[in-house]
Amino acid sequence: MDEALCVAGRTIQSRLIVGTGKYATYEVMQAALDASGASVITVAVRRERLIDKDGRSLLDFIDTDRYTILPNTAGCFTADDAVRVARLGREILDQLDNPGKDWVKLEVLADKKTLLPDPVGTLDACKQLVKDGFKVLCYTSDDPVMAVKIKEAGASSVMPAGSPIGSGQGVLNPNAIRIILEQLKGDDPAYPVIVDAGVGTASDVTIAMELGADGVLLNTGIAHAKDPVQMAHAMRHAIEAGRLAYLSGRIGKKLYATASSPWTGVISYIPGE
Amino acid sequence: MMLTLTVNGERRQFEKVHTVRDLVVQLGLARAAVAVEVNRQVVPRNQHEKTPLEDGDVIELVTLVGGG
Repeated sequence: MDEALCVAGRTIQSRLIVGTGKYATYEVMQAALDASGASVITVAVRRERLIDKDGRSLLDFIDTDRYTILPNTAGCFTADDAVRVARLGREILDQLDNPGKDWVKLEVLADKKTLLPDPVGTLDACKQLVKDGFKVLCYTSDDPVMAVKIKEAGASSVMPAGSPIGSGQGVLNPNAIRIILEQLKGDDPAYPVIVDAGVGTASDVTIAMELGADGVLLNTGIAHAKDPVQMAHAMRHAIEAGRLAYLSGRIGKKLYATASSPWTGVISYIPGE
Repeated sequence: MMLTLTVNGERRQFEKVHTVRDLVVQLGLARAAVAVEVNRQVVPRNQHEKTPLEDGDVIELVTLVGGG
């Protein structure tokens, strides 16, 4: 029996965290989030449209009683901007009275092309936000050294990327994720490590969970699938399958075969005997 | 008296705006889930009425949108 995922003292029902970006329509987004079984969803913080408002906005399509909203600091390239955006996100969630209100998915990016995290800015922002009372779920690369520093800086969760954001390449460096899991959870097994970024399909999620990750965060893998709602169902199965497989203790990998049927009582000719 | 404020990146002139609350109401955002930043400081909703605006203030009004 698996214990639920716990981040910053709160129990989260689903180990799958799903983003709300890039969907063709708000209706598809709503159906996909529902199909995914996610209980935490990410959002971005952007300027309100002041003219030509068409009346439809994200929050019209999000049940804020059902989902914990996790604002991100996407689009920030400096620690100062990430801190500003996090504080603005907190203010909105405070108005909505949503349980995610002190949470932030911290991203401080290096450049628009790679969307790789800037490690220096990330660490700096993490420290500032922790000091300001935030529970920081921190996006980082799969560098174990940075992962340790981010945990030591007080992040509530370290979220290493499988591969670049939106790239669909899955977990490119499973050994790096394994090292991160060992270094962050070895003495502290309850510390949550969530693989975030690069998930392309269901097996990527399962692979991340089989390595021992506590959860997976994804957006593009669902939103840009040809059938996002069906893919969201697949992802829901994948996160459960991966977690169960991890808990079940897989068989080892061997070079040679071991038969599944007994050798005793055979009526056949066995070569070499 | 006209106040020149930069709102969401645009310099605009406003009449009868003395506080953050006045601005939010004039922009039709009084009921919206919108956060306000004045000169890079968040002004919580319960402070909107008490926070005066001055000529040249830089304001951001933000909301939640889809994102990963």
